[in-house]
Amino acid sequence: MADIKQLADKLKELDDLLTRCMRCGMCQAQCPVFARTGRETDVTRGKLALISGLGRKMLSDPEQVKERLERCLLCGTCQVNCPSGVQVSDIFLRARAIINGYLGLSRSEKIIFRSLLTHPGLMNRLVSFGALFQGLLSKEADSTIGTSCARFNVPLSKERHFKKLAAKPLHKQVKSLDSSTGSSGLRVAFFPGCITDKIFPETGLAALKIFKHHEVGVYMPEGQACCGIPALSAGDSKAFSSLVSMNVQLFSSTQWDYLITPCATCTSTIRNLWPEFHNGDLGMVRPEKVMDATQFLMDVLGVEPADIQENQKKIAYHDPCHLRNSLKITTQPRSIISAAKGNAVVELPGGPSCCGSGGSFNIKHYELSADIGRQKARDIAASGAQVAATACPACMLQLSDMLSKENISIPVKHVLEIYAQSL
Amino acid sequence: MSTQSLEKEFAKIAGQENVLTQEADLHAYSYDSAVLDQVRPGIVVRPADSESLGKVVRLCNEHGLKLTVRGAGTNLSGGTVPHPGGVVCLTTALDKILEINQDDLYAVVQPGVITAKFAAQVASKGLLYPPDPGSQAVSTLGGNVAENAGGLRALKYGVTKDYVMGIDFFDVSGNLVRTGARTVKCVTGYNLTGLMVASEGTLGVFEKIILKLVPPPKAIKSMMAEFDNVQAASETVSSIIAAKIVPATLEFMDNFTIKTVENFRGAGLNTEAAALLLIEVDGHPAQVEDDAAQIVDICNAHGAVKVRQAENEQERAAVWQARRDALPALARVRPTTVLEDATVPRSKIPAMMKALERIADEFKLTIGTFGHAGDGNLHPTILTDKRDVQEWERVHKAIDAIFDEALALGGTLSGEHGIGLAKAKYMHLEHGTAAIEYSRKLKEVMDPGNILNPGKILGTLLS
Ligand SMILES: Cc1cc2nc3c(=O)[nH]c(=O)nc-3n(C[C@H](O)[C@H](O)[C@H](O)COP(=O)(O)OP(=O)(O)OC[C@H]3O[C@@H](n4cnc5c(N)ncnc54)[C@H](O)[C@@H]3O)c2cc1C
Ligand code: SF4
Ligand code: SF4
Repeated sequence: MADIKQLADKLKELDDLLTRCMRCGMCQAQCPVFARTGRETDVTRGKLALISGLGRKMLSDPEQVKERLERCLLCGTCQVNCPSGVQVSDIFLRARAIINGYLGLSRSEKIIFRSLLTHPGLMNRLVSFGALFQGLLSKEADSTIGTSCARFNVPLSKERHFKKLAAKPLHKQVKSLDSSTGSSGLRVAFFPGCITDKIFPETGLAALKIFKHHEVGVYMPEGQACCGIPALSAGDSKAFSSLVSMNVQLFSSTQWDYLITPCATCTSTIRNLWPEFHNGDLGMVRPEKVMDATQFLMDVLGVEPADIQENQKKIAYHDPCHLRNSLKITTQPRSIISAAKGNAVVELPGGPSCCGSGGSFNIKHYELSADIGRQKARDIAASGAQVAATACPACMLQLSDMLSKENISIPVKHVLEIYAQSL
Repeated sequence: MSTQSLEKEFAKIAGQENVLTQEADLHAYSYDSAVLDQVRPGIVVRPADSESLGKVVRLCNEHGLKLTVRGAGTNLSGGTVPHPGGVVCLTTALDKILEINQDDLYAVVQPGVITAKFAAQVASKGLLYPPDPGSQAVSTLGGNVAENAGGLRALKYGVTKDYVMGIDFFDVSGNLVRTGARTVKCVTGYNLTGLMVASEGTLGVFEKIILKLVPPPKAIKSMMAEFDNVQAASETVSSIIAAKIVPATLEFMDNFTIKTVENFRGAGLNTEAAALLLIEVDGHPAQVEDDAAQIVDICNAHGAVKVRQAENEQERAAVWQARRDALPALARVRPTTVLEDATVPRSKIPAMMKALERIADEFKLTIGTFGHAGDGNLHPTILTDKRDVQEWERVHKAIDAIFDEALALGGTLSGEHGIGLAKAKYMHLEHGTAAIEYSRKLKEVMDPGNILNPGKILGTLLS
């Protein structure tokens, strides 16, 4: 094991960022994890104190710090509300990378990040293999939401009501696209993202239908790799960088105007984290060209809300943290929902909040994640909506699980699906 | 007793999952919002009901373990920096509002209830709980009472102590002591409730608090007045009070703070102004109109450059946004923010402002000052970087100078942030030795083992 002093020296690089925290504790009002546990190590201030303590050699066990740092959804809510403007997400991601670099990744993390994610072909084959067999292992939980639960007691599935892998992922339905600019005069690069591709291909198809309707040319190359956020948030900057490089290469081989994704997490990762954390060239993928699909529809194509009708269908919109906090996108998805005739957005009681998914947080801390998500499901029910909509496939997974478990039988849809249906 | 057997004892009381002993957890309870050195406790326990809370206190006393109760840990005087290796007892799980009584206008709460959540619940019943510290979104009512927290409305409505009708607390042996009553009037025996307020966890551990509620005002009016010299602004404050108008809120911002806030938000504040007064009156609609008109006259008579009255809720929000931005804006200027709390009689605000300017010059520091002008409570905020050893030393000297000045002007060490560890050494300067001796004797009898938050308020002299 490397010298703890080395670790401290590395963390010292974060010192300028860390001293911004004045320990006022105001982040306690924001953090969904702290709201459940009331523990200082579960709120930003505590985590920053741990990183800083490790950097000052006041702590001797980095393993404990790593564990506490993992109890975070990386939702960014604390960051946007921090009076002192602490760059929380940056610090957390960098600290995770430094600490993991020191401790080394676990075996399973290595397999996932180094062997699977970075080999999209292998990943795809494995996933379709899984799709074949999942029927044997699971049974239906809620047919409206389309969730299943485990037939037998499988460790990772726990009590989950999960969305099954799509029988035919998007890349099997539409292998690739390279269409030219239509009347819109625009051509977009389309990055569906892993969850859209493998679990919600209907979202990807909706996006493609919308592009076609608005006569936008689409470049969707084969062999897209993951955006890298799972690797980065687990602190594997090496795997992250190789994923970014693979994608940059694909998307830099031809001209396009905007890179569009239907996934809040992918958009914020590509826009904010690729430039920040990838040490390498970004080719054509400049941040200002990366856009969330709903933002593109409203801000670039000028799609507007339709006239109000009688008996509109009530759609509860859940703000994905990555749109609301890191990209400040809140009006566009709402407008796109109401651009679909006959649909009206209803707000959730208590206002926007994290659904508790947080990527790998959901896997590592399922109970906590479910605790946060159940409240979200109840809020959706209380809003009186007939459909739950959001603009992030990761949130869709979580909402499906939570609604299904709470026996709130309403479908979960991507904003794009709702809009595409109206075309 | 060994840590392990202690851990077992605490686990028996509070459940294993509520006892923390790992290095990382202990580290996270080694500080609060005061800029002080960190001190690590030996064990952290989070009782989930009152009974366990009492048992924790008793156990600590039996074993001579130093006990620090902690709410949100947002106090600015080191009140929750634990004794080295001591016990930290969290109240975050004791967060139930037990009763809101609309007929008799009181509420009963557990100590870990978050202030803003409580205020919102009370408001939803058409009532008002006035104390509103800037930290209310996270601070706990137990912490508010133990610090006697103030807030923006303190000028007219008073501070936390004015709303505490009773406290049930555990004495050091874990016996539950009931004080106060649910009645408006109560004069039975010593005012133990009063003794507990501002006791900063040194005399007992609150189990339950009875709080007074009031009807909310029917009308509110806010305004912002700009001045081109601090003297005129301060005289305006005294004149408003002298005219027998008591605004709900009367806040002050100096030029440095105005410029910083404007930089931060760009809301159109006049960065040329030497000082801003933010004023809010509330009450009966007719009286509010009257008071507001008089205040505008008084401001003008003192040479206000401009007085803006908020005409609607949106404009009112804008006035208070400027005030709320003061700390966040200042906090972004330099890495370390030291928020002080010197308070002077309101007629002495001009003198205090001059002194602050002199102190900033003398110690080559940046100080932004804002605060509750109406009650003389200023928050000179020193912007620094504590990693700069020499500058940090000057900061300490400046703080000494600020308190010397405040006391010389007939002021006090703390208007609302408490004494804790940070200001214990200055206590004799304000109150003299007899008061401290009296307090120490009291503490000695109540807590012979000196286990309840030792070192806070009275310093470490008590053996
Ligand atoms: C940004 C910011 C703004 C602030 N604004 C204001 C303001 O406007 N006005 C103001 O007055 N203060 C203000 N403060 C200071 C602080 O928020 C208050 O002192 C608040 O009352 C502390 O509450 P807490 O729950 O954080 O208590 P803690 O900091 O956890 O504890 C404070 C003290 O109370 C004791 N204590 C806590 N619970 C109990 C209990 N159950 N029994 C016995 N003792 C107990 C502790 O031992 C400690 O001594 C501010 C602080 C910050 C960081
Ligand atoms: S709100 Fe910001 S400055 Fe305050 S404790 Fe949290 S991270 Fe630190
Ligand atoms: S990012 Fe979200 S979960 Fe993580 S500390 Fe901040 S508010 Fe809490």
